[in-house]
Amino acid sequence: MMLDPYQIRDDFPILKRKINNYPLIYFDNAATSQKPKQVIDTIRNYYENHNANVHRAVHTLSQEASQLYEEAHEETAKFIHARSMEEIVFVRGTTEAINLVAYAWGLHNLEKNDEILVSLMEHHSNIVPWEILAKLRKCNVTYTEVTAEGSLNYEDLTSKISNKTKIVCVSHVSNVTGIVNDVRKIAQITHEHDALLLVDGAQSVPHIPVDVKDLDVDFLAFSGHKMLGPTGIGALYGKSEILEKMEPFQGGGEMIKEVSFNPATKRCNISWNTLPWKFEAGTPNICGGIGLMEAIKYLSNIGMENVKEHEETLTDYAMKGLQECTNVKVYGSKDVSLKCGIIPFSVEGLSSHDIALFLDNFGIMVRSGFHCAQPLHQLFKLSSSARASFYIYNIREEINRFIEVLGEIEQI
Amino acid sequence: MAVLEEYVARIEETCGEEKDFIVIFKYDKKDEIVAKILKKAKTEKSISNIIFELTFKGVSFRVYKTGKAIFRNLKGKDEVRNIILELLS
Repeated sequence: MMLDPYQIRDDFPILKRKINNYPLIYFDNAATSQKPKQVIDTIRNYYENHNANVHRAVHTLSQEASQLYEEAHEETAKFIHARSMEEIVFVRGTTEAINLVAYAWGLHNLEKNDEILVSLMEHHSNIVPWEILAKLRKCNVTYTEVTAEGSLNYEDLTSKISNKTKIVCVSHVSNVTGIVNDVRKIAQITHEHDALLLVDGAQSVPHIPVDVKDLDVDFLAFSGHKMLGPTGIGALYGKSEILEKMEPFQGGGEMIKEVSFNPATKRCNISWNTLPWKFEAGTPNICGGIGLMEAIKYLSNIGMENVKEHEETLTDYAMKGLQECTNVKVYGSKDVSLKCGIIPFSVEGLSSHDIALFLDNFGIMVRSGFHCAQPLHQLFKLSSSARASFYIYNIREEINRFIEVLGEIEQI
Repeated sequence: MAVLEEYVARIEETCGEEKDFIVIFKYDKKDEIVAKILKKAKTEKSISNIIFELTFKGVSFRVYKTGKAIFRNLKGKDEVRNIILELLS
């Protein structure tokens, strides 16, 4: 069954907007996605009918909120094929998920001269926490090379991984080029060296089927807002046996089982809550979690294979159209089968911001700059790039218009 | 500074090696703002009446009909504010 983007578009109220008197064309999906009315209605319904703090209350509203919040964990676990909801920790987003691992695992497991292996194609959120951690633990961060096509250099990865490597951190899909990394292969190499694998799934979980068991990743981080959900919610998947052994990330309510004052020591004895609550200190983003659940249900109804196929078709169509634009240069692999719906490009003689402002004039939203991946831009010798990224509600007619406007930019 | 409050919604420093500054003018006043700027600055090039390449006191910049402007090679937001102040006063 193919996805019907025209029918899907009816679910997205924002797509009826006009920007500068032109119909909105939203091609900034790698930054955040738009929200269907089902998610918006769920958020409204939660606050109108079920709002209460979760867990440890006996009243009806709290029971309802707790039930919904736990279901959200279960639905998320099911979506990425985790073994159970114990393996799903709700966080603010991908960045917080990676920081959680860096602090809760890294601070307690890394020693002087240990190595953290990171790829050069990473978003800053999968670089900076490791650099901070390396400074704190006096260990090293080693970077694996990326090919001219924007793919991970697996030979380089194999040559740089060693018995000193304790964790490998890579993105599943590059947020700049859309290239899909062979995570299963990386997991195999990583585990042969007894290291852990953390995967940034911010650009994969919303766009392609992801099975954490099949990929054999130890950690997977992703954001709700890039997959039709609200902002401020995301998830960290971790193998339960690893999460069990980890220390908490933050301390507070919810993450403890018991805090008892010991008169003898004049200190408090603390025992941690069970998974995943051990990592969710304080009142969580309950509504965000429930909104994410609705977004996941929406995507599941469409089917992630259909999402992938639709984006592949659009990307192929756009790449062919861009080839006709003489002054437009597309970066990274041109092989659509190797990538998700992200196209980085430039127009000769114009900065990426000029391109984005010009397109904005015609209601077309694209991103410009480094996309929080400065090292990859350095590698490509780019001062910045413009980026078009697609999702389930984008259609060929929008790409036609995009190419048409780019044609006008070329006249400048 | 009242002029800035009246006309400017945001000033964004872009990311990228270029370090451009994007000025987003208040949308409902964009026509008035663009007219004022075009009166004071020298138009080097006009593209389809959508983009205007301008110079003002040695500073080159582009103004978009949609009420946005892009400034390059300026040291910081204060310099951007000063130019806008002069252009719109």
